[in-house]
Amino acid sequence: MSVKVIIPSPLRAFAGKSDSAEFPAATVGEALSLLTGQFVALRKHLFTDDGKLRSFVNVYVNDEDIRYLAKENTPTKDGDIVSIIPSIAGGCR
Amino acid sequence: MPETATLWISRELAERIRNHGAKAYPNECCGALFGCDTSAEPGLDPETGAVVSARRVLGLYPLVNRRDDAPQNRFSVTPLDVREAEKASQLHGLEVVGWYHSHPDHPARPSQYDHDHAWPWYSYIILSVQKGAPEELTSWRLSDDRSEFAPEPLEICRHAAV
Repeated sequence: MSVKVIIPSPLRAFAGKSDSAEFPAATVGEALSLLTGQFVALRKHLFTDDGKLRSFVNVYVNDEDIRYLAKENTPTKDGDIVSIIPSIAGGCR
Repeated sequence: MPETATLWISRELAERIRNHGAKAYPNECCGALFGCDTSAEPGLDPETGAVVSARRVLGLYPLVNRRDDAPQNRFSVTPLDVREAEKASQLHGLEVVGWYHSHPDHPARPSQYDHDHAWPWYSYIILSVQKGAPEELTSWRLSDDRSEFAPEPLEICRHAAV
């Protein structure tokens, strides 16, 4: 199973300037693990210190938000596209 | 040889950010910055000889602040909004180089919340709006290791906007 992971522009510098990478992965979690295994500097921006996806990191499998599927256990199949899409947030206090 | 990375924005676009902040007051405004980035191919400043890399803001994409629950001290851009902004920037042959938002009755300095939620690479322009009047405009970039949300030199100049 070859899954394509789309890397958002703010993270491409940490992935050899690539906008995507392909991995043999059976789940979203496996794809992200392989991604951060290959590009270790991505880990800090995608995950908290206790290994959870940061709240402003949104992951989709073929346009479906994994929060409404099986989260990181969402199965993936050959040809699926896993997209990492930022939310942007902030505030004065 | 010293290296500087500067965010360039026209006076017109800076004024549009100020106007958006004033109009949104007492709530936070937000929007995308469209532009181009030549920081991967730095040039030389003809006067000082310093290596200069530049990012230019060439357009704005005002957005709706999705934080209905706390718009006076929070802003939010959803992933759908991010995708729409990216598509719109590509129509102009540009890319999203960052985001702007306002701080009602607070300085143009990032809060810890701003820092915690920032993405690397993007420029974050912050506008202070004091009692409805737009004031200081600053820009910030998150360090690669997330430890710092440091000021980015901001040049307001006279080049044309999109």
